[in-house]
Amino acid sequence: MATLRLDWEKVDQARQAARQIAEDINAYTQQFTTTTVERSICRLLGIDGVDSMGVPLPNVMIEHLTSRQLLGHGVTYWLGQAAISSGKEPQQLAEAVASGDLDLTQTDSVDPFEIRLWAEKKAEEAVSRIHVNRLVREEKMREYGDHSGPLLYVIVATGNIYEDIVQAKAAARQGADVIAVIRTTGQSLLDYVPYGATTEGFGGTMATQENFRLMREALDEVGEELGRYIRLCNYCSGLCMPEIAVMGALERLDVMLNDALYGILFRDINMQRTLIDQSFSRLINAAAGIIINTGEDNYLTTSDAYEEAHTVLASQFINEQFALQAGLPEEQMGLGHAFEMNPDLKNSFLYEYAQAQMARQIFPNAPLKYMPPTKFKTGNIFRGYIQDALFNMVTVISHQHIHLLGMLTEAIHTPFMADRALAIDNARYIASSLADFGSDIEFRKGGIMEQRANEVLDLALDLLQSIRRDGLFRTLEEGRFAGVKRPFEGGKGLSGVVSKEDHYLNPFIPLLLEESREGSERYHRNRIQAEEGNSYE
Amino acid sequence: MSSGLYSSKKADFDTTLDLTNLKPYGDTMNDGKVQLSFTLPVPDSDVAIEAAKQLAMKMGLTEPIVSHHASLDQNFTFFVIYGNLNHIIDYTQIHVNSVDVNAMTMDETDLFIQQHFGRKIKVIGASTGTDAHTVGIDAIINMKGYAGHYGLERYRMFEALNLGSQVTNEDFIRKAVEFDADVLLVSQTVTQKNVHVQNLTELVELLEAEHLRKRFLLIIGGPRINHELAKELGCDAGFGPGKFADDVASFICQELAARKQQN
Repeated sequence: MATLRLDWEKVDQARQAARQIAEDINAYTQQFTTTTVERSICRLLGIDGVDSMGVPLPNVMIEHLTSRQLLGHGVTYWLGQAAISSGKEPQQLAEAVASGDLDLTQTDSVDPFEIRLWAEKKAEEAVSRIHVNRLVREEKMREYGDHSGPLLYVIVATGNIYEDIVQAKAAARQGADVIAVIRTTGQSLLDYVPYGATTEGFGGTMATQENFRLMREALDEVGEELGRYIRLCNYCSGLCMPEIAVMGALERLDVMLNDALYGILFRDINMQRTLIDQSFSRLINAAAGIIINTGEDNYLTTSDAYEEAHTVLASQFINEQFALQAGLPEEQMGLGHAFEMNPDLKNSFLYEYAQAQMARQIFPNAPLKYMPPTKFKTGNIFRGYIQDALFNMVTVISHQHIHLLGMLTEAIHTPFMADRALAIDNARYIASSLADFGSDIEFRKGGIMEQRANEVLDLALDLLQSIRRDGLFRTLEEGRFAGVKRPFEGGKGLSGVVSKEDHYLNPFIPLLLEESREGSERYHRNRIQAEEGNSYE
Repeated sequence: MSSGLYSSKKADFDTTLDLTNLKPYGDTMNDGKVQLSFTLPVPDSDVAIEAAKQLAMKMGLTEPIVSHHASLDQNFTFFVIYGNLNHIIDYTQIHVNSVDVNAMTMDETDLFIQQHFGRKIKVIGASTGTDAHTVGIDAIINMKGYAGHYGLERYRMFEALNLGSQVTNEDFIRKAVEFDADVLLVSQTVTQKNVHVQNLTELVELLEAEHLRKRFLLIIGGPRINHELAKELGCDAGFGPGKFADDVASFICQELAARKQQN
């Protein structure tokens, strides 16, 4: 591939600044847990279902402890104590709490060492379920092989999981590699995860574990028919980041949206809450072998893509470091960016290409997620189709990995089946006709593209150094990131942040880190084997 | 593909423009040419093509040509059709309820406000309900604006506050009162299953219940909003696609001036 001459010293400095930013935040957030982190532990320990009022049992458990102001010990502590003294499983205990038959904090006290042993055993069982899912995915990938070039990613958004399945299967047959089920508008602000299969949603479908399972089953079915592994994507963002990560791990999702700052900036979720939640949710994503997609594209839909391009790069560096600290390896970091410059801007194609190429070079092993034009789609479908074609060209020639397909009807409606088919045709045509273009050219030294890339790098470095100096929290408070001001104590979900007590117990963290590390080693071993073993494309 | 292409047949219709009998235009007056595309939930086959043609004829097309058909899935087929539309419209009899406004530039608007009010006009905006999209409200309010049209923040004579997305109607009204707004701007992007109609109806009802409706100029906007709908829902104006901050700004100052004169 042709390469831009970048100032690599500045790249290193930017990375160091981002590492420091992430470390400072983690040192702070490690002192806390949150209601959704504890609910996700309930889910990992096998607690599922709803009470007679339809409240999810993980919520019942956590509210039970919160109302007694005893959540700071962690739900594991109380569950362990009750399980050991009663001989019951976590699900049975949760049902007893829900029916009012059990006060979890009033069971016979047990030696904390015993509780720790119980917790570790339970956690191992849960992580082994995640491990099995990972192996199933790896086995299918081995059987079918995985193709080179960008993964074609399309969305389904009917609101009804059963209708989504029809659309998703059709999309897979048309050539889609990744199916994302868009969530219903507003789910990010629910402080619980709805339960069961759902058929009503606005602009998308509820993320529920049952919906995940149904779609996974459908995609496995169509994948078998096609001899391809069809990846499934959903969203960890919002007030339930880690819980949705657990559901994704248990139902073998392959890609999940997971951004460290998105909830703060665009959903007005409290910054402490989001940064604690994202950390545990990424640990889970990492262990499950799930590629995370970060949300840098969103900065560009709310501010100017040419002027704010450096905030995208700065955020990619920060997301990379938060991911590394959660044990998430490079090959699972779908750092995001987007083709959102004003099409009337002269040479916009060169600037878009420069940005994408720069991201490719700075994050060489990351499966970058590239988003199509949306902001300047007007409803003129004929022009929209050309905008998508230019975007597809940049995707292919700069070797982006996760290729979100633009829809000619963007700004009109959620995609029709035919819109998706036209988008896939467009992408395939360009992928084939420009297949080797990116490796057959050279960039002019000091040309428009090189200058642009280095300029963006300079600005990103300045921004990162200022964030490092003042801290991420203060930067967010002052609105120096994406132009959005967020108070430290403001936003939604702060009441769910709880200080950890001395006895606090989360047995999953070391096990998840270990699972991620082993999984990544296996990934690299398999890749080497695949490259040696078969030379077919 | 061939029938109808490059036809040398002389047009057997009157080729003078008659606004009482208006028809679409392809390349000859009154040829009635239209294009359409749709998907049928049946396998791609001769029967499916015939079904598409018959549907086109039912829509009022003569000589429909299926210029493209392709299988989308085992049981779905996509069609592109061209044909000549039979239907006509009497253009001279059409009345549209559109926003009646004299479009002004930013400088003209600032001057107008200075002269008529002598103070800044306060505008508060949000994407309300569960809608998470800010692209519409940002395009109208934020400094940068959209497609070269500066947003209200850029005007000297507007004081604009953008609350962003997912603002509940209750919060929106509360903040509007706190801010002492003259104008409420509501953007609705997600319109699946008419969720926007429901949400806007609720907003108007809440305003009326609190006797605040007349206190504010209430303007709505979004891809599926038009002035007609806005009026139906009890709002003062509606702006759809292709309208920018200058259209909204011109309307606000002229409408408020007109109201001031009435009082």
